[in-house]
Amino acid sequence: MFESLTEKLNTIFKTITGRGRLTETNVRDALKEVRLALLEADVNYKVVKNLVEDIRRRAVGREVLESLTPGQQLIKIVNEELSRLMGGVRYGLELSGRTPHSLMLVGLQGSGKTTTAAKLARLLLKQGRHPYLIPADIYRPAAVDQLIKLGHQIEVPVYPADTTKQPEEICLDALSKASRELADVLIIDTAGRLHVDKELMAELVEIKAKINPVEILLVADAMTGQDAVNVAKRFDESLDITGVILTKMEGDARGGAALSIKAVTDKPIKFIGVGEKIDALEPFYPDRMASQILGMGDVLSLIEKVQTDFDEKEAKKLEKKLRKKQFDLEDFQLQLKQIKKIGSLDQILGMMPGVGELKKLKQFKPDGRELVKVEAIINSMTRNERRNYKIINGSRRRRIAKGSGCKVQDVNRILKNFTQTKKIMERFSRTGLPNMGSLFG
Amino acid sequence: MFFKKKDTEKDIKNADPGTNLVQRLQQGLAMTRSTLTGRLDRLFFGKKEITDDLLEELEEILFTSDIGVATTQELIDSVQKKVERKELKDPEKLKFALRDHILSFLEVQAVSHLSPEPGEPLVIMVIGVNGVGKTTTIGKAAQRYILQGKKVMLVAADTFRAAAVEQLGIWGERVGADVVKQKTGADPSAVVFDGLAAAISREIDVVLIDTAGRLHTKINLMEELAKIHRVAGRKLPGAPHEVWLILDATTGQNAISQAETFNNALGLTHIVLTKLDGTAKGGIVVGISRQLKIPIKYIGIGEKIDDLRPFNARDFVQAIFD
Repeated sequence: MFESLTEKLNTIFKTITGRGRLTETNVRDALKEVRLALLEADVNYKVVKNLVEDIRRRAVGREVLESLTPGQQLIKIVNEELSRLMGGVRYGLELSGRTPHSLMLVGLQGSGKTTTAAKLARLLLKQGRHPYLIPADIYRPAAVDQLIKLGHQIEVPVYPADTTKQPEEICLDALSKASRELADVLIIDTAGRLHVDKELMAELVEIKAKINPVEILLVADAMTGQDAVNVAKRFDESLDITGVILTKMEGDARGGAALSIKAVTDKPIKFIGVGEKIDALEPFYPDRMASQILGMGDVLSLIEKVQTDFDEKEAKKLEKKLRKKQFDLEDFQLQLKQIKKIGSLDQILGMMPGVGELKKLKQFKPDGRELVKVEAIINSMTRNERRNYKIINGSRRRRIAKGSGCKVQDVNRILKNFTQTKKIMERFSRTGLPNMGSLFG
Repeated sequence: MFFKKKDTEKDIKNADPGTNLVQRLQQGLAMTRSTLTGRLDRLFFGKKEITDDLLEELEEILFTSDIGVATTQELIDSVQKKVERKELKDPEKLKFALRDHILSFLEVQAVSHLSPEPGEPLVIMVIGVNGVGKTTTIGKAAQRYILQGKKVMLVAADTFRAAAVEQLGIWGERVGADVVKQKTGADPSAVVFDGLAAAISREIDVVLIDTAGRLHTKINLMEELAKIHRVAGRKLPGAPHEVWLILDATTGQNAISQAETFNNALGLTHIVLTKLDGTAKGGIVVGISRQLKIPIKYIGIGEKIDDLRPFNARDFVQAIFD
C-alpha cells in the first residue's frame, strides 16, 4: 500500500485540483493516508500521532506551487518535516580532546555491533587514524573470535580479551595496552543485551565510568518495529548515548525506526550499515532517509552513486526525454550498459522510486541473467523498433526472438513490462532522476 | 514472556536466593504484572459503552504490538461493524471478541511436509536474516531433542560470518551434539552434503543445519540457500523435512516481506519467534499467520539453554494486551 503514497494522495486530491491552497478539509483525508504510510514504515504510533499533527499545522493554508499537484505539495511538506526531525544536518564522529579516544558500541543482540565495530575501524584507518578493537563480549560464544578475525581482515589490532575476566577489566587492560601500541581510537564492542536487563545495563554504565568514552553509539537494526522507542529510550537514559548507527539498511525495510529513535532520544544518527562487506558503512542523510520512509526511493543516493560512472550528459538527455514522455527502448538499452558499470542490481533497485510498484508486476525479477536476455532482445531490434515500440508486430517479434535466441513470449513479456515501466517512470520523472533499468523479465 | 500467571506465582514461591537469571527475570516480570493490571484491563476499567476513544486506544495497543496496518484495520473494522449493528455493546465482550479474532489468525494448520523414513534422520534447515538468533535457537533446540533422548548433529553451513562455525561448535559441546564443520569460506552445500552422509552413517536422529544470515533481498544468497536445500534432498530424499524461519520479535513490518520471500524460495514449515524476553510484543506474527498460514513452533525468551518454549497462541495474545 505504501508504494503508492504519492499516487493515493493524487487520487484524493483529484476531486479538488484547481484550488490553489491546501485546506483543513482537503488535507484531512490525505493525512489519514500519510499516517498509515508512516505506521506501515514502522514509525512508532505516538511519534506518528505528533508528526501528523505538526504536518497538519504546517500544511493548512499553504499555497500549492504552480508546478505541483496538491498531492505532491503535501508530500513535499511531509518530506521536509521528516528530514527536519531526523537531524537536518549531518554529524560525523566527535573525536576531540586527548588521545586515545574511546568509542563504545552498544545495542540489542543481533543488531550488528561486531560487524559495525570492524567497519568503523576500517573507516578510521582510511582517515589516517590508528584504531584498536576491543572485544568486550564475554557472553556470546566465539564473539571475541569473530572480532579478532574481522580485525585480521582489515589489519587492525584487536585486544586478545580473556573471557574469564569482567568486561570493564578487559577494557581497562586494553586501554593501557592500546596506549603502548600508540593507538589513537579505541572501539569497544560490547555484548548485545536487552534494555530491560538491569544487571547487564549496569555493566555498561560501569564500563562507561571507567573508560570515559567520547562516543557511545547505539547500534540499531533498521528493521526494528514499534519497540525501537523503548530500546532507544532505555539505552539513552542509562548511558546518555551520543549517537546512533542504523544497520541492515540494504534490505527492503522502510526504516521508520530511524524517525522513532531520533524522536525519543534527540541524538543524531551518524552512520548507516548497508551490507555485510567491511566497507559497507555510509554517512546518514536525513533527507534521503525521509524519502525512503515515505517509499519514494533514495533518489539522491542513486544520483551520487551514479555520478562517477554514469555519463551526466546522457542522464540529462534522458531526463528531458522522460519529461516529454519519449522514453524508448533505445534509451533503455543505454541504461542497461550504465547499470552494468554501477554495480549490483538489487542495490540500485532499492534506491529507485517506484520499485515497489515494479515488484508488483508479475514477472518482475531483478536477475542478472534476465538482464543479459533483455539486452539480447533489445540488441536484436532495429533502430526504428527501438525508437517506436508500437511498430513491433507479430512478424517483427518472431524475428527478434530468433535473433536473440529467445522465445516470442520473452519478447512479449519484455515489451509488456516496458510499457508498464514507461508509465511508472513518466510519473516519477518530475521528481528526479529517471528510473533506470526497470525492465527485467 | 508468556507464562500463565499461576506458573509465575509458583516460581516466585519456589525461588531461593541462588536462583538463576531466568528465574529472576520471571520474578521481575511477575512483580510488574501484579502492580499493574494489563493494558487492556486498564483500558476497559469502568467503561460502560464502546466509544470512538476506546476504539482508538484499542488501535494503539494493536499498532504498538507491531500487528501492522492491514491486520489492525481488519480487526478494528470488524469490531466497528459489530458495534454499529449493535451486536456489541459491552466493552468487556469487545475484549473477548478481539482476542478470539486474533486467535483465529494464529491457530493455523500444520504445513504438510515429509517425515523421515524409519532409520533416517529428521533434517531441519534453519534460516533467517542476520542477527535474529539462528545459531542460538539451534543450540537450544538441540538441547530439547537431546533431552528427549535423541541423537543430534549440528551442521555448520554458515561458512560466511567470521567465527560462526566456532560459535556453533561451542553450542555443540555445551549440549553434547556432534558438529560437522569445515573452514570458513567453504561451500555450504558441500558441508551439508558431508554432514548428511555423516549423520546417516552415525545413525543420528535429528540434524540441525545452521545457515548464514542473509537479507531476503539478496538474490544470489537466496539462490545459495535453495541450492543447499536441493543438495540436502539429493543426499537424503525428503530432506530437509522441516525449514524453520527464525524471526526477531523486535522486527517490524519487514518481517512480512522476510517470511514471504523465504517461503517462496524454500517453502517454510515452521516459524520460531526469538527475543520475546524484551519489551517487543512480536505482533508481526499475527499478520504472517493470517497471510501465509505457517505455524509458529517455538518462542525464544532468553539466552539460557532452556529458554526456547513451545508457542502457545493464547498466552501470546494475552501478552499483547498485558
